[in-house]
Amino acid sequence: MSAALSALSLHLPILQVVVPLFAAPVCFLLRRGLVSWAFATLVSWAAFVTSVLLLRAVMADGTIHYEIGGWAAPWGIEYVIDATNAIVLVIVAGIGAVVTPYARVSVAAELPANQHGLFYTAYLLCLAGLLGVAITGDAFNVFVFLEIMSLSSYILVVAGAGMDRRALTATYNYLVMGTVGATFFVIGVGLLYMVTGTLNIADLARLIPALQDNRTVHVAFGFIVVGMGLKLALFPLHTWLPNAYTYAPSAATAFMAATSTKVSVYVLIRFLFTVFAPTYGFMALTLDYVLLPLALAGMTAATVAAIYQYNIKRMLAYSSVAQLGYMVLGISYGSVEGLTAAVLHLFNHALMKGALFLALGCVMLRVGTVTIDGVRGLGRQMPWTMAAFVAGGLSLIGVPLTVGFISKWYLVTAALDDSRWWIAGVILASSLLSVIYVWKVVESAYLREPPAGRAVREAPLSMLIPTWVLVLANIWFGIDADLTVGVARTAAMGLLGVAP
Amino acid sequence: MNPTFLLGATLLLPLAGALLIALTGSRPNLREAVTLVTSVLLACTVWSLLQDVLAGGRPAAILNEVAPGLSLALAIEPLGMLFACVASGLWIVNSLYSIGYMRGNGERRQTRFYVCFAIAIASAMGIAFAGNLFTLFIFYEMLTLSTYPLVAHKETDEAKRGARVYLGLLIGTSIGFLMPAIIWTWIAAGTLDFTAGGILRGKVDPVLLPFLLALFMFGIGKAALMPFHRWLPAAMVAPTPVSALLHAVAVVKAGVFTVLKVVIYVFGIDLLAETGASQWLVGVASFTLIAASLVALTKDNLKARLAYSTVSQLSYIVLGAALATSYGVLGGALHIATHALGKITLFMCAGAIYVATHKTEISEMDGLGRRMPFTYAAFLVGALSIIGLPPLAGVWSKWYLGMGAVDAGLWVVVAIYMASSLLNVAYLIPVVARGFFRPSPEPLPQSAGAAAAPASGGIQEAPLLCVLPPCLTAAGCLVLFFHFDAVVALLRPLVP
Repeated sequence: MSAALSALSLHLPILQVVVPLFAAPVCFLLRRGLVSWAFATLVSWAAFVTSVLLLRAVMADGTIHYEIGGWAAPWGIEYVIDATNAIVLVIVAGIGAVVTPYARVSVAAELPANQHGLFYTAYLLCLAGLLGVAITGDAFNVFVFLEIMSLSSYILVVAGAGMDRRALTATYNYLVMGTVGATFFVIGVGLLYMVTGTLNIADLARLIPALQDNRTVHVAFGFIVVGMGLKLALFPLHTWLPNAYTYAPSAATAFMAATSTKVSVYVLIRFLFTVFAPTYGFMALTLDYVLLPLALAGMTAATVAAIYQYNIKRMLAYSSVAQLGYMVLGISYGSVEGLTAAVLHLFNHALMKGALFLALGCVMLRVGTVTIDGVRGLGRQMPWTMAAFVAGGLSLIGVPLTVGFISKWYLVTAALDDSRWWIAGVILASSLLSVIYVWKVVESAYLREPPAGRAVREAPLSMLIPTWVLVLANIWFGIDADLTVGVARTAAMGLLGVAP
Repeated sequence: MNPTFLLGATLLLPLAGALLIALTGSRPNLREAVTLVTSVLLACTVWSLLQDVLAGGRPAAILNEVAPGLSLALAIEPLGMLFACVASGLWIVNSLYSIGYMRGNGERRQTRFYVCFAIAIASAMGIAFAGNLFTLFIFYEMLTLSTYPLVAHKETDEAKRGARVYLGLLIGTSIGFLMPAIIWTWIAAGTLDFTAGGILRGKVDPVLLPFLLALFMFGIGKAALMPFHRWLPAAMVAPTPVSALLHAVAVVKAGVFTVLKVVIYVFGIDLLAETGASQWLVGVASFTLIAASLVALTKDNLKARLAYSTVSQLSYIVLGAALATSYGVLGGALHIATHALGKITLFMCAGAIYVATHKTEISEMDGLGRRMPFTYAAFLVGALSIIGLPPLAGVWSKWYLGMGAVDAGLWVVVAIYMASSLLNVAYLIPVVARGFFRPSPEPLPQSAGAAAAPASGGIQEAPLLCVLPPCLTAAGCLVLFFHFDAVVALLRPLVP
């Protein structure tokens, strides 16, 4: 038994991806909504357990290398797990495990019955794609999984068309932009292959220093950064995101908002710091003169846009663009402190946006709309749901004892460490602006009377419990951030090659 | 009992109370009993901690390390002890008053009111006993958020607007200025612990010290330093018990308390005195002090007038801190206690007048004193204490503040203190004078509470629970005058 377990634990890296990947067609064959849901739940939980085991192994013993089929890198495909992607795996699988139980009631209410099986199939494919992108140590493999994830998320978004046909155009837009992003990325990878003859990330990292004045490498770098910028919705390449998040089914929005852009941020980090390195002249220029201004512009512009939204899902979508700006800002510092803050915010933002979108899904289920007017008076009619929303909103603002505060603290510390006062000012100003949009919802829910004749009940427990799991995680990791900060710092040091 | 345990209890008691209040919401009498019992238990806890501190004990506890180097820590020192005594002691009186006021006015959503009130008190305790800046900041924000529903209590458009200003200014200043100030301190000093003598000596370039101080002083929006004082008048839309305990005692005193903590334990008085980093603050505080008094003169709404009076009185304390002398700091600390007693009396009287007559404007209150003699007598005593006349407690803190100014060699500040006292007379005494000496314009409309009272000419006081508490605090002003040495003895260790 224990021999079997230890054999299993040797193969955890491949199981992490293969289990959800192979489970997806099985899920499709199961067809019946409830059965496929139960199966998807089981699979997502297994993936979560796997990711936690991997994180523990990485934190205890250092980087894990896994050669697929026993073919040695750089010829074979290699999975490489260090602190950076271990934490991303935990985020993705964790959110996946929380959202699936939630999805049963929500999806049943929002999608026609014959699509439920398909939804969970796409969901598992998306999960497999996200995990694959994060875990692989091969640049082309990143592209493959990126496409699996993208194609399946187009399906997840378009599943909302039954409720609102605008989901169709939103998906089309997302499809075009997403394809452009992925194509740019693969062009960049192809150019790198052209000059180095390898696709293995570690091998690329070894070969590129000698080629750092090579124009082809510069062009490849440009394609990869822009491609990932599109995928992670870096302002001003974010235009696909608000509509996609607004019209997707609630469960899909919560899952994607908390995971898919995060994985793209991870790929950007991986390429910027592992494949290329901030010591290269062109890279430092990119950080200072491209990523930094775009991050700051995104933080402010998207926050201001969020203030003017009437649909709360769209408001949170714009807020996501702003929050991604925080992550890119942390990346653009190019320092250990900055990267720590970025990785930390990657984790923390998944928790807060997950909680917020799940709470909105509860509102959607009971009220049928998620506008500012739609939630009026809900503070008393759906107390647990709205309390979850308020807690998530406070976390988004960055109130102490929530994860948002920890993120802000490290972002500002990183800025002040470099004596960049004005950046600290922009961070704080943007988080103050977020008070405005969060409070618009709070005022409507708590200080206005519900419309006459609307009798709504609290959401069912199967939806409230996952929501509150994320809310409590927001608070837990806001009070005890030793773990997340520790992992983020280890990740940042590993990426920059700084000895601990 | 073990002081560390008691220290934790000061936080947990009000929080547990809040939970119980929420659970007993459907039975008002039980709910109010929970509030009263919690407040009495809390006061007893604080009292036994006080004995420990007077005996030289300095209980401390680390609750949890949030992130490497940042811990949630509690530690008691005299200043925090004083603040905790004031807040927890007055909570009992104010709870009695809340019951009278909220029931007398038939206010809605009383459960939410009492729950938020208890959470606010827990936050105030956390602020009082915070062992480092980080912990203090956490409870500071918690206090802001827990009082927001109290300000918005009436749910009218006016209340919503007031609450927006309240939240916007307090959160805005604290995240915009206070948080970067704390992070700057952290980066420079490597610690956030409150340490006697300060932690910044030699860590920050003296040229930059005034800027760091400015970030702190304007960041602590609760101290209501101009131009960030607008939230305080805006908060007056709240029910009067909130104005009385929170916006005359807990919230605003949390602000000036933080100012004193920062000056004493982060900068250190000596460092400020040597570098002159706080000189600009003398100017700003003096300006706020006089300007707010002048604005108060123009206000006809009684609560608005009291609010501006509070803005002005808070600046006494900031000014005392800015003087960076032993007496100045001591006077500022003492003023926390004396002003709290005086101002809560005034607010509770204003609320009693509102409950009995539904009048809010001073110009409409002619002749009311003869109908409500107890209320007006309490108001007079509170006003005289704020003005600083013996034999009332207010005189002592002004005395120490004046000595602090003399010590600093700033005679002009002495003059400002005196001028402001005169302004106090000008805006507080007319309220009483109109009440007693002007004839009432017309027979008063009978309010529900006074329906059974005899026709005009007789005494028509507010319900007992509205009148008794201000009388108690007014008596407190008198008692404190004669036992002031006890308070000074508590605060002695604060200054060399």
